[in-house]
Amino acid sequence: MQLTDRAKKTDKKELSLLERTYLPGLAAGLGITIKHFSKSLFSKQVTIRYPDEKRYLGPVFRGHHILKRDDMGRERCTACGLCAVACPAEAISMVAGERQKGEEHLYREEKYAAQYEVNMLRCIFCGLCEEACPKEAIYLRHDEFVPVFTSRKDVIYGKDQLVEDMDNRYTRDAWTKEDMEQMWVEQRAAKGIQS
Amino acid sequence: MESLSIVNVIIVLTIFFVSLGIAAYETYLERVVAAFIQDRVGPHYAGPLGLLQPIADAFKMFFKEDFMPAKADKLLFVMGPGLALFTALLTSAVIPFGDSLIIGGEEFLLQGIEVNIGILWIFGIVALGVYGILIGGWASNNKYSLYGAIRAASSNISYELAMGMAIIAIIMTSESLSVRAIVEQQHGINWNIFYQPMGFLIFLTCAFAECNRTPFDLPESENELVAGYHTEYSSMKLGSYLFAEYLNMFVTSALISCLYFGGFNYPGMDWVHSALVGVAGEAAGHNIATFVGLGAFFTKIFFFIFLFMWVRWTVPRFRYDQLMNLGWKGLIPLAVVNMVITAAAQLSGSPLIGSYIGLAIFLIVFVLIWPLVKPKSRMIVKGTTVTQTTVTQ
Repeated sequence: MQLTDRAKKTDKKELSLLERTYLPGLAAGLGITIKHFSKSLFSKQVTIRYPDEKRYLGPVFRGHHILKRDDMGRERCTACGLCAVACPAEAISMVAGERQKGEEHLYREEKYAAQYEVNMLRCIFCGLCEEACPKEAIYLRHDEFVPVFTSRKDVIYGKDQLVEDMDNRYTRDAWTKEDMEQMWVEQRAAKGIQS
Repeated sequence: MESLSIVNVIIVLTIFFVSLGIAAYETYLERVVAAFIQDRVGPHYAGPLGLLQPIADAFKMFFKEDFMPAKADKLLFVMGPGLALFTALLTSAVIPFGDSLIIGGEEFLLQGIEVNIGILWIFGIVALGVYGILIGGWASNNKYSLYGAIRAASSNISYELAMGMAIIAIIMTSESLSVRAIVEQQHGINWNIFYQPMGFLIFLTCAFAECNRTPFDLPESENELVAGYHTEYSSMKLGSYLFAEYLNMFVTSALISCLYFGGFNYPGMDWVHSALVGVAGEAAGHNIATFVGLGAFFTKIFFFIFLFMWVRWTVPRFRYDQLMNLGWKGLIPLAVVNMVITAAAQLSGSPLIGSYIGLAIFLIVFVLIWPLVKPKSRMIVKGTTVTQTTVTQ
């Protein structure tokens, strides 16, 4: 049984006199390699210069965690703990705090996460916290990886590493899978491809 | 030889440094060609387009630990790479790189030394070159290195015979052993390749084997012998071996262009020469024409260097018995036939037509008698050896 037609039967026939000189096979092989050579020389190569150039991984790639702020710069997280419950690796832990008077510009709700920690050795980057969050507070960035740790002290990420920087806000093309599917449909329509 | 002047010294030094520089940039070229053939990008970090890569490589080599195995033969271990590099550098001495330069009414040949036994010199030195590998492999005191060295020696011996006989055909047509005389005789486009197509193929194949390049790079086959004769070498000693290999490639490419592709001759060279002399005057015009010829020569050299790399990334390595079969049963008889054809063509009065008629007669006769002389092909089926006809029926 054959699943594809890509399998090539080995030709075990005796070589003819011309084939025994190796010349036709050699010429054919050289033709193939020069085709690749000229393709690389005159048009683009397949590979990219990786550390300098990075491929776009898609809008919902799951990388570094981020705790979003709202448009006024207030933290969205209300320390409900749903992310910690949803987390299959039990990587998230938090301590809730009560918002005091005069802190309204810092926290959106009356309750907030005084501490919010993600253990990056435990995290499996499944994105369930992102899905569980009712306040759209935690996301996994599509454009940044969690860097390599060199010490166990670096493993637990606190709020200082997780909360969004208002000067360098994080955005992406699609925030949910539904958004992304919608985006694909639009992109296909723009290219004129029928789905 | 006339007395050495400062111009001769400059020419010799230039040839020396140019061959070193070309060998260094061959490593870069090899990586780029390999990358392009494999649809990759290749080195691009050091300098624009990665052009400083050879220098970075050399620095890396120098800063590596220079390791010597405890049981190695100390003297020979150091001598091996030195000898390989030395012999590789010596061969470029007799290659005529260009016609001549006229400086102050005196004529200087663009060549290290003009000797009337140039071809013999090259062969002598190239045959010595295998000692570098042999000594290195022996001194390493390591089975794999020794295997590599033995393979290098045996393949060099086998292929030097066919190579020498291919060259005898050239010498018959040129009636001189001087490389310059051979080149000058191929004036314009009167190149030897048109007289000796078969000789060229034999020579090219043997040149690949002599340079230990793929598909004949058995001395350093990684999957069988770790790295062959240079398994135990590190730092710049290893660098010297690799450098010698690239130098050999350069000299061999130069030799192929000299012997079969007219060296610094190119079509329309007389017209260019007279036009330049008319424009720039006798001496200056001649010198510029010489440099145009030099350019033509280097174009040919670079084409053959590219061919070496092109073949390397196309053809897989031969098996050892295939290598020996091809050398002894294929190329040497062919070289003898080529000699006979050339001799007959020389005697017939018109060498060009004569050689093609001879080649055609040989091909027809060979195709006709092939079914009679064909070696029996054997296939192994479940431990027993049977001829293929019984299997197919």
